[in-house]
Amino acid sequence: MIKPFLSVLLALVGSVALAAGPGPKLLNAGTNISDRASLQRGAQLYFNYCASCHSLQYMRYSRLAEDLGLSEDQVMKYLNFTGAKFGDTIKANMPVGTGDAAYGGEDWFGKAPPDLSLVARARNDGPNWIYTYLLSFYPDPTRPVGWNNTVFPNASMPHVMWDLQGVQVLVQPEDGEAQGDGHSGGPTFELIKEGTRTPEQYRQDARDVATFLEYVGEPAALQRERYGLWVLLYLLLFTGVAYLLKHEYWKDVH
Amino acid sequence: MGERTSTMTGVLGWLDQRMPVMDFWNKHVGQYYAPKNFNVWYYFGSLALLVLVNQIVTGIFLTMHYKPSAAEAFSSVEYIMRDVEWGWLIRYMHSTGASFFFIVVYLHMFRALLYGSYQKPRELIWVLGVVIFLLLMAEAFLGYVLPWGQMSFWGAQVIVSLFGAIPVIGPDLVVFIQGDYLPSDSTINRFFALHVVALPIALLLLVVLHLGALHEVGSNNPDGVEIKKKKDASGKPLDGIPFHPYYTVKDLFGAGVFLTLFAFVIFFEPTFGDLFLEYDNFAPADPLVTPAQIKPVWYFTPYYAMLRAVPDKFFGVVVMGAAVLILFLVPWLDRSPVRSIRYRGPLTKIALALFAVSFVTLGYLGLQAGSETQTLVARVCTFIYFGFFAAMPFFTAIDSVKPVPERVTMHD
Repeated sequence: MIKPFLSVLLALVGSVALAAGPGPKLLNAGTNISDRASLQRGAQLYFNYCASCHSLQYMRYSRLAEDLGLSEDQVMKYLNFTGAKFGDTIKANMPVGTGDAAYGGEDWFGKAPPDLSLVARARNDGPNWIYTYLLSFYPDPTRPVGWNNTVFPNASMPHVMWDLQGVQVLVQPEDGEAQGDGHSGGPTFELIKEGTRTPEQYRQDARDVATFLEYVGEPAALQRERYGLWVLLYLLLFTGVAYLLKHEYWKDVH
Repeated sequence: MGERTSTMTGVLGWLDQRMPVMDFWNKHVGQYYAPKNFNVWYYFGSLALLVLVNQIVTGIFLTMHYKPSAAEAFSSVEYIMRDVEWGWLIRYMHSTGASFFFIVVYLHMFRALLYGSYQKPRELIWVLGVVIFLLLMAEAFLGYVLPWGQMSFWGAQVIVSLFGAIPVIGPDLVVFIQGDYLPSDSTINRFFALHVVALPIALLLLVVLHLGALHEVGSNNPDGVEIKKKKDASGKPLDGIPFHPYYTVKDLFGAGVFLTLFAFVIFFEPTFGDLFLEYDNFAPADPLVTPAQIKPVWYFTPYYAMLRAVPDKFFGVVVMGAAVLILFLVPWLDRSPVRSIRYRGPLTKIALALFAVSFVTLGYLGLQAGSETQTLVARVCTFIYFGFFAAMPFFTAIDSVKPVPERVTMHD
């Protein structure tokens, strides 16, 4: 009931607000934070592939358990690899800022890997950005870590999920112009080494991570969408009663 | 002094003998006669009051958890959003309230332009209203800085630097305002003090004066007819009805519609497609990284577009300031013998329509990057904006008018 109206409204608003100039062409991730299975898979992927370097400093393990329908045991056993307490916020495995050449992220990548608590909110079209980013790694021998990315050119990050996706080479960079053959103008890749997941499965993996990070960006989104409908129903009822009251009082005004 | 007698008994009677409770109630509510022909434009005054209350109440709760320091401000807002019970709701009510405040205030002001509500004897109401508008802009700007995101920092940097364009004292003034050479810890601390103490007190006082001035001369209406001219035997205006219960129940309905829309945004689209909360502001302030595009929130963009339309920075600031200050003169620029747009001629209607279109266009352009075409359009719109006020003494004087009825008309 609300979603179609919302999308029309947003299309109108978006045409004003989001026309923010040229940026990478983003794929539509189709994330849905109400999809609990997707959230759980995304969390698992995040903790296996991302959490070594990227903290979620505003997110607590306990909140994760509550919102994702996981038990304390499950979270502490399968998601917490740092020895943190259940109520703690999520720190990266890799010590950051220690100056220890063997472990420090600054020394490995030139700068500390950023915290990802708000990565989905702080970027224009965040969830789609994350999804497209995870699908846009290609080998580039000129880069220190051997990987580059079309969404975030010269990113310091290697393709950590390469064993899942396999290796894809960049066939044609983004040219900005839509072409007659249905080519969207975005870059094209060709898979030269298969991963453990099919391309379809890997897209789902990327979607799950994007969904998880969208949720982490605003955990309250689960609550507000749950309460929102009831609040609106109440207010519509209230407005209806107020209208009848007004109508009754104003009968004698001509 | 003789003891006043009260018609009330009990606690209210006891109070009433010691303080004019019933006098006050009757003067401002119970026997305040308002014209009976208010239309939909007349909801926005009471709605502005409702939003003001919302901002104060939610603001108090935010203050309980917010930390006004450069090191902690951003984290404390995320703490409110995640760890404080219902903190997300309070914060969204406050942030959405800021945008809705400007929506209702802009509509409220446009109503006054439509029906000539600023004309004699209501000039003071209008002037006080413009002061409220100025304070509201300051209050909104200060509040926007407090979450200390990227756009808070860079917005503060851009806006405060405008004072630097003032000759001679400019650069020192910027340091005086910020308490530093850049927006910093001391800036947040003083902006917090101004946002939660100084300006709310001033706003409340001015709202009281605005209403006091209104209730002294009485409300205008869509016909621009002075209802006090036609009274019945008991001295009550024939076209007036007591504010309570008639307008209290009517405004209750208006509040219901308003709150439904308000709740829709809060619960389903609190960022409103980056218009109410911008994505850049979910990244913590970083003086070393300049965002790709620095733009103010939507309610400032008409004035921002004017600033950018002028090639010279100092004159840009002058134009932007003048765009707000010129509103003070409106009661003396309008020389029409008729108040309401209903009984004015085509010149006024066209001028007002052009003005409204140019203002909205400027608001749109202020959100854009500012291409050459856009700058050209912004210049044309700025010209129309000022032209509307500059030409007002002439087109209102020569425009044709229709006969104004003796009594108000009802359309429902």
